[in-house]
Amino acid sequence: MDTISTAENHTEMEQVIVAMQDPDLGIKMKNQRLLITVIPHAMTGNDIVEWLMKKYSIMEEEALHVGDLLVRHGYIYPLKEPRNLVLRPDESPYRFQTPYFWSSQQWPASELDYAIYLTKKNIRKQGQLIDYEKENYNLLHKRINHTWDFVVMQAKEQLRASKQRRKADRIVLECQEQAYWLINRPPVECLTPRLSQRDRGKQSNTKCEHSSRMCPITHITKRTLVRVSGLAFQDGRGVEHLKKALGRSRVKSSICLESFIKYSEQYFSHDPMMHGCPPSNPWITDDITHWALNTNTVSTPTKLRVERWSFRFMELLSDPLGRLKFMEYLEKEFSAENLCFWEACEDIRHGENSRIPQKVSWIPHRQFLAPGASKWVNVDSKTMEKTLEGLRRPNRFVMDDAQMHIYFLMKKDSYPRYLKSDLYKNLLVKAIAPQETKRSVFPFMRRHRHSSPNPALVAQALEEDGKAKRLGSPRITSPATSP
Amino acid sequence: MLRGSSAVAIDNERNKHPSDVIAAASAARARRSGRVGLATASRSTSDPHPAEMATHELHPNDTLTTLKMESENLKAKLEEERAKLHDVELHQVAEKIEALGQFVMKTRRTLKGHGNKVLCMDWCKDKRRIVSSSQDGKVIVWDAFTTNKEHAVTMPCTWVMACAYAPSGCAVACGGLDNKCSVYPLSLDKNENLAAKKKSVAMHTNYLSACSFTNSDMQILTSSGDGTCALWDVESGQLLQSFHGHGADVLCLDLAPSETGNTFVSGGCDKKANVWDMRSGQCIQSFETHESDINSVRYYPSGDAFASGSDDATCRLYDLRADREVAIYSKESIIFGASSVDFSLSGRLLFGGYNDYTINVWDVLKGNRVSILFGHENRVSTLRVSPDGTAFCSGSWDHTLRIWA
Repeated sequence: MDTISTAENHTEMEQVIVAMQDPDLGIKMKNQRLLITVIPHAMTGNDIVEWLMKKYSIMEEEALHVGDLLVRHGYIYPLKEPRNLVLRPDESPYRFQTPYFWSSQQWPASELDYAIYLTKKNIRKQGQLIDYEKENYNLLHKRINHTWDFVVMQAKEQLRASKQRRKADRIVLECQEQAYWLINRPPVECLTPRLSQRDRGKQSNTKCEHSSRMCPITHITKRTLVRVSGLAFQDGRGVEHLKKALGRSRVKSSICLESFIKYSEQYFSHDPMMHGCPPSNPWITDDITHWALNTNTVSTPTKLRVERWSFRFMELLSDPLGRLKFMEYLEKEFSAENLCFWEACEDIRHGENSRIPQKVSWIPHRQFLAPGASKWVNVDSKTMEKTLEGLRRPNRFVMDDAQMHIYFLMKKDSYPRYLKSDLYKNLLVKAIAPQETKRSVFPFMRRHRHSSPNPALVAQALEEDGKAKRLGSPRITSPATSP
Repeated sequence: MLRGSSAVAIDNERNKHPSDVIAAASAARARRSGRVGLATASRSTSDPHPAEMATHELHPNDTLTTLKMESENLKAKLEEERAKLHDVELHQVAEKIEALGQFVMKTRRTLKGHGNKVLCMDWCKDKRRIVSSSQDGKVIVWDAFTTNKEHAVTMPCTWVMACAYAPSGCAVACGGLDNKCSVYPLSLDKNENLAAKKKSVAMHTNYLSACSFTNSDMQILTSSGDGTCALWDVESGQLLQSFHGHGADVLCLDLAPSETGNTFVSGGCDKKANVWDMRSGQCIQSFETHESDINSVRYYPSGDAFASGSDDATCRLYDLRADREVAIYSKESIIFGASSVDFSLSGRLLFGGYNDYTINVWDVLKGNRVSILFGHENRVSTLRVSPDGTAFCSGSWDHTLRIWA
């Protein structure tokens, strides 16, 4: 179907296979008995798993997984039950597929080759092919009827040559060929081996899985530009870019890496996967208390949450509750206009494009920047000049400089003072610190999993609420609790 | 291949020693696939060499070879400069911290309902809802906690490779082989057909590989197989900024969590990870250490670094201030590519979904693998940690999504 090489993982798999066959360090192969014939150079499923475990220092489960992948991709094939492409960690015999038949080899498994193979089998078995092979045989007979003479001739020729071999060799070659075609023309109903161990009811689309080892379409389109892009054009721009990159300033690794250690340590107790989640992780115990305690409208925040606001200014601002509490503090200090200004600028930056001119014209100018404005903010003269100039041609980024100036002002001044304030300290003292619950006394008791209001529903209700208020009709509403 | 060859010749072919065959095959492959560089790749076609055509547009004094040489020299110099300040390795610095103990994570929910490969997913800010998209064109919104499906949309195209939840929770964006990114407002009227209210926002000239809302519902950032990323205004569908610089399909992107919120990183088939300034459209930093396509990029929680997952079976960590790769997460027994990566809340753990159906959990600081999670029955295509870090979700070609905690 597709002829694009999917060499990406084949090199790695092939390296493993070659290592396995190393005369000194590879798997020790022996002769295996198959019915009355002796097959040379075979190994057991156990041998494979043990060798992988030793070579890569991994546990049995992972070794079984890797070995299974090698079987599924046709590098190793089973001698007993050849149609079941699965690695069994027992005495079942396996053999390495000859490199000629490796999936990564460039020759496409064409219809002609498949026809020859099926014809050979048909002749040998005197017409007794299995269902899906019979179907394919008949289909091919119709489709490439014009070359059928050639097909039959090749098939007969190959059968004749094989009769001249020793029986053991002949069986080996037949097994290799069979394994190859099982990978390249799998029966459509064939379940992925892993599935057959568990969910037999599920029919997966293995055709797509096998026919290219990855999405055919993605692979084609993934490579589109590599062929098309003009190198010279690339390099012309690339050189400019590299020159700029050379000029940039860098920080010493020791300083940068130290900061990762610090960050991870600081957030350690806040990371539910590292440290647990008071009172319990909702996904594990089905108890949503943790979420209920951390909504945006809760009256008393948790200790961890309040602590987190002290880590960095952005943590405080990005938590709606944190921002609310910060605003309360600023109002007491008569410097709330800074935060309001920052919020207005955010609104411009992230709001609808069409409303920018309107927002820009009256919010910053009237409210914040013009001298004597009701919420006048303290921006330095240079930034003020630049901003006013930009306001003549309003765009999304026109308030950026002023916004950043105010942001850093708050960060350096108001924020540290807030953390030392009584308001904040009180929050910490009153904060809830729920106990981590032990495993439930009745571990088999299933909690009812409560559903929560869809945020879209909440937003819709608020909107309708707003509409109702504007229309003047009284309405009793419950506070929107977003989970 | 068998045509005309005698059966004996075939025999001889088959009996060649494996290592000889591999050596010959890799050499042939290298020549064919042009791992030697972009130039070789384009030369393998019989069309006139695009570079030859392009030279006419360049300054008469610049020839292709001199440009290439200059480029190589600069690259070498850049690596030298980067190496000068590299005085210590991450795992050395991390020696003093405690190793992580036994790690137990299990599948807590399995979401069944997609009829085909799951390609992408995203969390809602409410920490429990997710949106997922699949190969058959279906986009489903779930309450992952109860496993109930709340909305379903059928896209007019197949292979919906990208989907994202709006910050307000009121809309989802998705796209794929239709080369577009469309926004669907989530309506709760059961009778309303969501598809009717669809809004086409982004238009690319090749497939959409990833999309993400910025801080609001009003802007979307997209990446595409046409080699570009773009920023769009949702309301008008207007292109606000485009980002050119990748030499091949762009496969992934992630927005920086920084204070100024103006940058994002993208990864592509050209093995490069680029950091962009959203305002100017300029590429401000570029990293090229992977050996194959970069399938996924994700910022470290502090915004000072980002991780990438690639087809070369490794995940890597790049520090933005040091301007270099600072860690590689790989193991000899991992031979398949990583399709998606994400950090735990503290940044100590890196979760990687791989094409060999497993999820590997890495200790970001010490560099070793902490755990390997089995469960999916086909390749893991997408992986995201929930907004509050209590769980992560993985989507797979086995048609299911799993929540792990």
